[in-house]
Amino acid sequence: MSLLDVENLWVKFPTRTGVFDAVRGISFSLGQERLGIVGESGSGKSMTGRAILKLIRPPGQIIADRIAIEGEDIIAMNERQMRKVRGERISMVMQDPKFSLNPVMTVGNQIMEAYRIHTRSSKTEAKRKALEMLEAVSIRDQERVFRAYPHEMSGGMGQRIMIAMMLIPDPRILIADEPTSALDVSVQTQVLSIIDRLVKERGMGLIFISHDLNLVSSFCDRVLIMYSGRIVETCRADKLHEAQHPYTRGLLNSLPRLDAPNRRLEVLQRDPAWRDAPSVSGRI
Amino acid sequence: MNAIDISDLNVWFGKGRDRVDAVRNVSLTLAQGGSLGLVGESGSGKSTILRALTGLAPNWTGQMAVVGETLGRRRTRSFYQTVQMVFQDPYASLHPRHSIDQVLSETLTLHGYRDIEPRIEKLLADVGLGPSFRFRYPHQLSGGQRQRVAIARALAPEPAILLLDEPTSALDVSVQAEILNLLTDIRAERNLSYMMVSHDLAVVGHMCERIAVMQNGEIVETMSVDDMRAMRMTHPYSKHLLSASMGVQTDDILSDL
Repeated sequence: MSLLDVENLWVKFPTRTGVFDAVRGISFSLGQERLGIVGESGSGKSMTGRAILKLIRPPGQIIADRIAIEGEDIIAMNERQMRKVRGERISMVMQDPKFSLNPVMTVGNQIMEAYRIHTRSSKTEAKRKALEMLEAVSIRDQERVFRAYPHEMSGGMGQRIMIAMMLIPDPRILIADEPTSALDVSVQTQVLSIIDRLVKERGMGLIFISHDLNLVSSFCDRVLIMYSGRIVETCRADKLHEAQHPYTRGLLNSLPRLDAPNRRLEVLQRDPAWRDAPSVSGRI
Repeated sequence: MNAIDISDLNVWFGKGRDRVDAVRNVSLTLAQGGSLGLVGESGSGKSTILRALTGLAPNWTGQMAVVGETLGRRRTRSFYQTVQMVFQDPYASLHPRHSIDQVLSETLTLHGYRDIEPRIEKLLADVGLGPSFRFRYPHQLSGGQRQRVAIARALAPEPAILLLDEPTSALDVSVQAEILNLLTDIRAERNLSYMMVSHDLAVVGHMCERIAVMQNGEIVETMSVDDMRAMRMTHPYSKHLLSASMGVQTDDILSDL
């Protein structure tokens, strides 16, 4: 059984000029793998991630035939039941640690809170777990970081703290929404390797949302390419450079390359037919 | 004569215990019509060099000269007619309540032009925006269109040198390609000199002939783009940067730790 199964997912926002469909009927599944979702801004990739956690605020609507986590449908769940799902079964790491950590709470207390909400353990036990978790994300001086406030941390440290916090309730699925795009390239690799190691060790499924095609192609196992709310193509990540769809080809060709200099970059020519073509299934 | 000559530049912020030396003993030159890329991680001082040049960082020592003219404490109007800057975030660098027309006409007026009407039309056409964009506001434009306006504004005083501070890092790759092509065309048409800051080596490699790698406020290595493509670099930090931007392999990452 797959960890996550999504069938015919729509995300709709009513506006003054009619309903805007951010995600338009996509289906995909996730096993114990690293699944990448790529696309431009506005393609619906982040909305897909948020919809799985049912984190779309009204008046936005999530409509799906099925969103099942390990076989259990979450579509009908109410907010209280969802709170048990978030963290314990699916967690999400967002783009910028500066905006997702609580600035007036120490790092240690935030991580302990995340653990205790789900386990009802004692403070001592929670502290032990939190320090262990900080060690797992390759933070050397755990005691100091535990007592520090988020503003005292660099971006890369902040993102590792986020990962620690998200993984401490031991979820089965991690959604990482552009987890490294606010970080420098040199720090990026560190954070990615930490995510990669933890996901492997714990047998988790990872959904990796990014606009960076090279990164996804080298980091993930399988890729969904999204365009205006639909999946236009799916492929094995290492075969991304052989992708067929003109949109994917256009994105790949518009990247400057160090190994193949080119005076002019190719500009993506959008075909209105891409928008209307039915969504490709991302199920296996 | 070089477009930009900098020698022994030091820039710092704060004083006493809080002093941060953002740029340390940097010397570099940009030939006329040439293009130089500054790369390095955040905090390495690459943007600070651009800010010191344009007079936005007041605490500095050393010598800076633009087209042979040594820079003092204050920048003259003629300096801003020679050097213009395009900033990273087109969402933040345009006044949200000024229409594109106001943005451009204000700049043109400040630089003492009289024939503002035809110049605005020409500037918009040069950056690939139609006349219909003239009376729109920034929130009615996409990120790429905004960056085109920012470029039009920089071109208004007909500068010889453009300083580009991460001009495409807030944009999608497809839009990035359009903006980079635009910058390439403009440079060829107007024979401009570019100094470009970016963390993306592929972008710098595409745009620039020479590349300076910075770390902790210092330039650790300067090389030609051909040397970079052929991986002919000596400093370990430059190698590290290049391998990081060549795309990551999970095995490499794991061995990195």
